[in-house]
Amino acid sequence: MTEAFATEPLLVLENLHKSFGALRATDDVSLSVEPGRIHALIGPNGAGKSTLIGQIAGALKPDAGKVRFLGRDVTGLSVPQRARRGLARTFQVSSLAMEFSALRNVMLAVQARGHSTFRFWRPVRNDRSLIDPAMAQLERVGLGARADLPVTALSHGERRQLELAVALAMEPKLLLLDEPMAGLGGEDSRRMTEVLSALRSEAAILLVEHDMDAVFSLADRISVLVYGRVIASGSVADIRASQDVRDAYLGD
Amino acid sequence: MPEMRRETLFNAALALLLLALPLGAWLLGESYYVSLGARVAILALAGVGLNLALGFGGMVSFGHAAFFGLGGYAAGVLSHHAFEGSAVLNWPVMLEGSDSTLVLWAAALFLSGVVAAAIGAISLRTSGVYFIMITLAFAQMIFYMAVSLPTYGGEDGLPLYLRSGFAGLDLSDELVFFLVCYGLLLLAILLSFRLVGSRFGAALECARQNETRLGAVGIAPYPVKLTAFVLSAMITGLAGALFVELNGFVSPAMLSWQVSGEIMIFVILGGVGRLYGPIAGAILFIVLETVIGGYTERWQLFLGVILLMVVLFARGGVIGLVAGKARHD
Repeated sequence: MTEAFATEPLLVLENLHKSFGALRATDDVSLSVEPGRIHALIGPNGAGKSTLIGQIAGALKPDAGKVRFLGRDVTGLSVPQRARRGLARTFQVSSLAMEFSALRNVMLAVQARGHSTFRFWRPVRNDRSLIDPAMAQLERVGLGARADLPVTALSHGERRQLELAVALAMEPKLLLLDEPMAGLGGEDSRRMTEVLSALRSEAAILLVEHDMDAVFSLADRISVLVYGRVIASGSVADIRASQDVRDAYLGD
Repeated sequence: MPEMRRETLFNAALALLLLALPLGAWLLGESYYVSLGARVAILALAGVGLNLALGFGGMVSFGHAAFFGLGGYAAGVLSHHAFEGSAVLNWPVMLEGSDSTLVLWAAALFLSGVVAAAIGAISLRTSGVYFIMITLAFAQMIFYMAVSLPTYGGEDGLPLYLRSGFAGLDLSDELVFFLVCYGLLLLAILLSFRLVGSRFGAALECARQNETRLGAVGIAPYPVKLTAFVLSAMITGLAGALFVELNGFVSPAMLSWQVSGEIMIFVILGGVGRLYGPIAGAILFIVLETVIGGYTERWQLFLGVILLMVVLFARGGVIGLVAGKARHD
């Protein structure tokens, strides 16, 4: 019993469909993410990866099919409702509160986790119960020294790191990461890979990524999406060996 | 942060100026300028209300005259019935008129809050230009409703024959009335200050900057914005009640879209999202109206030019010019 419960997937997608006009962005996708695993989702540009992430996070409504998270059907829930249940995402193009400092961005996620938004009097400026956990996440992604800068003053790479820190501060059960390495230089990219690898014990990860070195070194499982369909799903070795995947995507 | 200190100093100077001028006028026996001071304080209070929605929450409401006017009518109608000795309502509940200041204020806060909850609940499902237009439309509806109320004077409005009082204060005294308005203005600024610095304020400011981000961390933007909209309307509603008390008169003119525009002008002139901005804006507005208005009826031409300059060259308004860019941390 206990064993069966422990291995029940965190996230299950059942026959998801999503079309934009004649374009089938998601075509009968079924997929599951196990706890403690990094599940990579790869595929060429326009394969529907971000559309799929949007449906999992709740920003897009599937035309048909179900999203199950922690054993419950969450298809009808909004983005904030899913986030509160432990589903955190990062965006392909950084989406942050630009005028706030890095620290304030993370503090907002800490406050959301505590369901304490409707407090009107006490200043957050020196609220250790928000600052300390937020600071810890910033240190972890390597932004400790940049905590007080407004997001507008952060580099592209630092904004990617900040997105991750915000997601981590939500203490999620599942992280949806939409191209966290995109545009990162060698050093930043290596650091991000290290941070993600260390996360495995805390949260499962669904990782959309183009950087194949990162994918092959991090992923426990890989699914390949082409034209909205999952054409292959398996271990790293399976995917590397698959002729279909080579033809469709890896290109050799 | 020298800039922060400069803004704080300027804010303090503004607040002292608004206190000192009417006090000086009172000492010289110029009671007209005392009530002019009260007028500035009341209009600034209306602006402080709007600033909460517009400046901090990014909700460009072009319908705040509705709350200003509803606050005014709530106070006006109650004291009208108190004067006549009649009841406001006989059914379903018996509601007597009142000339107690605290009751009038409570009525203004309640009515503007309830109506704002309804207007906000619908309007906040839209954004951008649609939000501006839908708030304007609601305000116009309430304007025409007031025009078609013959019991309360319809288009001509309703003169009031008594000024209320409370706790031993006689509000018919110009100075006492000014000081009460001034006190409420500072109180509203203090409330806004605490609110903006709180957890709620953090969520509200994030909603203005990036709603997607707020939702993604698990905070639904809609209830946050609706709450801020209601609080904003209540402050403006209270200003409306004071305005009626000041003039001894309430009419649909308070509900007109020009008033919505004027309240917005106080906020923009002073500096959008600056706590003391509405004081600077209201002072500037009244000075222009009184000084240039003394020479020509077309004083609003000058107001227009100044507003244009602010929008083009000084987005931070008067406060921004003096204190530099806003900082949020």
